[in-house]
Amino acid sequence: MAKKSIKIRAKEKGGVVTVKSLMTHPMQIGGQKDKKTGKPIPAHFIQEVNCEANGKNVMSALFSGGVSKNPYLSFKFSGAKKGDMMKLSWVDNQGNTDSAEAKIG
Amino acid sequence: MEMNMKRRIFVKGSVAAGALGVAVGAGLLTPKAVLAAWPKEAFEAKKVADALSALYGTGDTTESGDIKIKAPDIAENGAVVPITVTVSTDMAGVESISIIAANNPAPLVASFNMGEGAMGFVSTRIKMGKTGDVIAVVKSGGKLQSNRKEVKVTIGGCGG
Repeated sequence: MAKKSIKIRAKEKGGVVTVKSLMTHPMQIGGQKDKKTGKPIPAHFIQEVNCEANGKNVMSALFSGGVSKNPYLSFKFSGAKKGDMMKLSWVDNQGNTDSAEAKIG
Repeated sequence: MEMNMKRRIFVKGSVAAGALGVAVGAGLLTPKAVLAAWPKEAFEAKKVADALSALYGTGDTTESGDIKIKAPDIAENGAVVPITVTVSTDMAGVESISIIAANNPAPLVASFNMGEGAMGFVSTRIKMGKTGDVIAVVKSGGKLQSNRKEVKVTIGGCGG
């Protein structure tokens, strides 16, 4: 996969960390045909996104191909402070995977 | 020529050893993390109730005003519809939030399992094939609660 497919911004305010992330991925639902070649486009989408902070699983998201191209994901959690590291990783239906870490600011 | 020279040196160096030692990088290969059972059946279900029963074991949900869905009334581009689900803090222990587009060919779009410390809030962007309800299903304390909001999808961006 392309390098740096994940962008993360995590901010702590009043004990709550707000995470905003963008992943670069085609999110092909599959089943459609390529308009130019007439060949079917294979399904290619992120199935699972996992988020960890301080080694604990904060949230895991399961996606279908119904999530928009280049998925945006935002969520909130408590239990981490400024300077802590958080990690986000994804796995798609073709077995590709990527992960990124960010410092909570 | 250069290759041959190097080869000569290499062969000489190896003579003492008698045979070539082959380094096996076995330790480098770790088994890939197994997908935590992606619920294929739920995601491929054609009906909302089927998707819910495949995911949660039941299709029964109670309407709840504690769940707020922020979505556009009219989405001009069905390929990118921003959806934000906020669960009131009155509802304790949110275990999971699922986003469903009722009129999509496969209605279940995404399901979020909340871990330690996660708040009842998720925001993402989904695809919508046509006008229909966006349903948010929240599991908390073993119960399923839901709310819905209609999103009109226009093609061509005329706003009609």
